Amino acid sequence: MTAVVPDIAKPGFSFENCRRNAFLAQKGYAVPKATKTGTTIVGIIYKDGVILGADTRATEDTIVSDKNCSKIHYLSDNIYCCGAGTAADTEMTTQMISSQLQLHRLNTGRVVPVITANRLLKHMLFRYQGYIGAALVLGGVDSTGPHLYCIYPHGSSDKLPFTTMGSGSLAAMAVFETRWKPDMDEEEGKKLVRDAIAAGIFNDLGSGSNVDVCVIRKNNVDYIRPFDVANVKGQKQGSYVFDKGTTAVLSTRSIPVDIEDISITPIEPESMDTSS
Amino acid sequence: MACGTPHDMFSANPLWHNGPIPGGFYNFPGSKTAPLYSGAQRFHTPVTTGTSVLAIKCDGGVVIAADILGSYGSLARFRDLHRVHKINENTVLGVSGDYADFQHLQQIIEQKVISEQCLDDGFALKPRSLLCWLTRHLYYRRSRYDPLWTNFIVGGIQDGQPFLGTVDKLGTAYEDDHIATGYGAYIALPVMRDELAKAKQSGQPISKEDACKVLERCMTVLFFRDARSFPKYEMITLTEEGYEHHGTKTVKANWEIAHMVKGY
Amino acid sequence: MSSVVDPFNKFSYMESGSQRQHFSPYADNGGSVVAIAGEDYAIIAADTRLSSGFSIYTREQSKLFQLSEKTILGCSGCWCDTLTLTRVLDARMQMYYHEHQKLMETPAVAQMLSTMLYYKRFFPYYVSNILAGLDGEGKGCVYSYDPIGHCEKSYFRAGGSAGALLQPLLDNQIGFHNMEKVTVAPVPVEKALAILKDGFISAAERDIYTGDSILIKIITKDGIKDESFQLRKD
Repeated sequence: MTAVVPDIAKPGFSFENCRRNAFLAQKGYAVPKATKTGTTIVGIIYKDGVILGADTRATEDTIVSDKNCSKIHYLSDNIYCCGAGTAADTEMTTQMISSQLQLHRLNTGRVVPVITANRLLKHMLFRYQGYIGAALVLGGVDSTGPHLYCIYPHGSSDKLPFTTMGSGSLAAMAVFETRWKPDMDEEEGKKLVRDAIAAGIFNDLGSGSNVDVCVIRKNNVDYIRPFDVANVKGQKQGSYVFDKGTTAVLSTRSIPVDIEDISITPIEPESMDTSS
Repeated sequence: MACGTPHDMFSANPLWHNGPIPGGFYNFPGSKTAPLYSGAQRFHTPVTTGTSVLAIKCDGGVVIAADILGSYGSLARFRDLHRVHKINENTVLGVSGDYADFQHLQQIIEQKVISEQCLDDGFALKPRSLLCWLTRHLYYRRSRYDPLWTNFIVGGIQDGQPFLGTVDKLGTAYEDDHIATGYGAYIALPVMRDELAKAKQSGQPISKEDACKVLERCMTVLFFRDARSFPKYEMITLTEEGYEHHGTKTVKANWEIAHMVKGY
Repeated sequence: MSSVVDPFNKFSYMESGSQRQHFSPYADNGGSVVAIAGEDYAIIAADTRLSSGFSIYTREQSKLFQLSEKTILGCSGCWCDTLTLTRVLDARMQMYYHEHQKLMETPAVAQMLSTMLYYKRFFPYYVSNILAGLDGEGKGCVYSYDPIGHCEKSYFRAGGSAGALLQPLLDNQIGFHNMEKVTVAPVPVEKALAILKDGFISAAERDIYTGDSILIKIITKDGIKDESFQLRKD
C-alpha cells in the first residue's frame, strides 16, 4: 500500500545518514565542509533603540567564499538578528523563527516582544545541543523598550547593553569596553559600532570586507548596507580580455534542422484586465 | 595507528576479546588517565603560567607592561610574580607562558650578561642579539620535541633606535612597532594598532606618556575580559633617557554599568 | 564546536587521556610568493603578512632573503623553519665564498637548497621555497621546491597559501598555456610586474592569509631594485 501513497517526510531534521557518515569519516572519506562565517557581529543599546552591526565576509576554511554576504537577518518589523557560525544554520534558524514570530503576531494581533524571539531561538538551539552552529546577536525594540540578547549555539543567552560575537568578538569587545557608555546618541552609536566591526575586519582574518549596520528605533528601522566600505579593492593594471578563437575547437558537428512547414500567426497586443 | 583504532568490518580482529587490534597498543587496565600518545610523548605542559605581555615602540624607546599574576591552572596562585625584567641598560624582557621555563632561561641569560660585563670591553648584550639567541634556543628545544612553553617580548634600544621583537615556543620570531602575547594578541592588539595608526597619521611618533596611557587602557580591558588576568600590573619604559620602572599599578575598573546587566 | 561523538569508540581503553595541551612543532604562518624570470631579469615578490590561525602577527614581514647579488629566496609556510633554514643557508653561502673565493651561482644555490631540504627528510622544514635569480649567462631563472627538497626549474612560479590561486594566472598570462592564436613571446619586465601585482590583488581578495602589502625585488645585471605595493588589510 505504501508504494502507492508516497511517504510524507516527518517534520524536523533527518538523521538517517549520521551513522553512515561517521563510518565514512572513520575510513578516511572527508566530510564536506560547511561555509562558516568566521565573523564579527555586534550590537549596542543607545538612547533611542538598538544598533546592530556585522562584517560581510564568509569563509570556507582559508578561502573567502562570499565577499559581501549579509549577516543581519530580518526576524520581524521590530526585531533583527545577526548571525555567526555555520552560514546555513544562521540563515535557516532565523527564517524559521521569523515565520513563527509572524504567526504569533497574527494570532495575538500585537507587536511581538523581543523576549519572545529570544525564547524561541534558545529553545530551538537547545533542542539540537549545539549541533546547529548558530551564534546570534538579537536586537529589537518593543513596548517595553530596546532589548539586546546574545545567544550561544548550545541555547544559553545573555541580556546585555552591548555585546559581540564571532571570531572577531574579542577585537570588537575591546572597542566597546573602552568606549561604550549609556545613553549615546545615534551618530555616536553608529560610529562606535562601525569602529567595533572595523576592529574585527582588520584584526581578525575570519572577518573582512564591508560594515553593515541596522538601526532599530521605536517606530522604524534603518538597514544600511553597506554602512562603510572599509576596504577598497586594488586597481588592476592589465587587461584580461581574450580574442575570439583563443579557446581551441577540438571538433565540430552540425545538425541541420529540417523545416517541414512554415505558418505565421499574428498576435495582437492585449491590454491588461483591470475590470475587477 | 595506536590504541585508538576502532573496529569495523574492514579492520583486523582484535588479538583477544576487547583487546588491541594487530599493530595497536593496549593500555592496561584501560583507565581514563592513560595518555593517548603514550609512546612518543616527551613534552611537558605548562604549570605556573603568566598571561599577556604588551609592548609598544614610542618616541625614542619602548614601553612594556604585564600583570603580576602567576596562574596555577585556573587558580590565581602567585600574586606578585614579576614578568617584565631589566636585562641590562638597553634591554628589557617580558615573558608569558610557563614561568619555570622562563626561570630556567633567566639563569642562562643572567650568566651571559655577567660574562659580558666581565670582559669590560664597553660592549653589552643588545636586544636584537638577545632575541636572536632566544629564537635559536627555543627552536632547538621545539626540534627536540621538548619545547620551553614560553612567549617572549624583547624590547630596548638597539644602536640608538627603539627595538621591539618577540619569539614564541616554536622559535617563531618577528619585529614590529606593537606586540602583544597571549590573549593580548586578540584583545589589546586591535586597540594598540588603532592608536599607533592615529599617531602615524599625525606624522609624529607616539610620545612616551601617550604610549603609557594606551597600555593602561589595554591592561584595563584585559582585566575585564581575560579570566587569567589580574588588576595589578607592572609597566617599564626604556628610552634614550634610560630605564624607568613605573611601579605596580592597579587597574581602575568602573562597575557602574554592571547594574544594567539584568535578565537573560 | 564540540566534536562529533564517535559511535565506534565504545571500549574504555580507547578513550583519550587526561586533558593535555597538545604540542605540534609546526605552525602555518601563511604568505604567498611569486617569481617570474625573463631573458635578462628575474622578479620575485612576496606578501608581507605574517599570521597564525585567525590573527595577524605583523603586517610588515619581508619573506624575501637575498642570498647574493644575483640570487633571492622567497619563503612561506612555517616561519620558525624559514628563519632557521635561511640562517643555515647564509652560513653555507659564506663557507662557499671563503672556500672558492667566488660567489655561488644561482643554479649552484638551487642544488644546495635541494640537498639541505632533503637532509631533513624525516623532520622537514615545513617551508615552500621559491628561488629566483640570474644564472651564469645572466638569464633569469626560477627554481621551486617542495618542503622535502624536490626541485624544479621553470620561468614562473607561485607558491605559499595562495599558490593554487596565482599559478593558473601565470600559466595563462606568462606561459600562454592552452590557447590558440597567441604569439608566445618572452614577457617584458613591465608586463611581468603588472601581472604579478594584479595576481596579488586577486589573491588578497580570496585568500585570508595573503594581504597587507607586497615586497617586490627585481634582479637585473645592474643590481637589485626594490618595490612595494599596498594590498587590502582585512
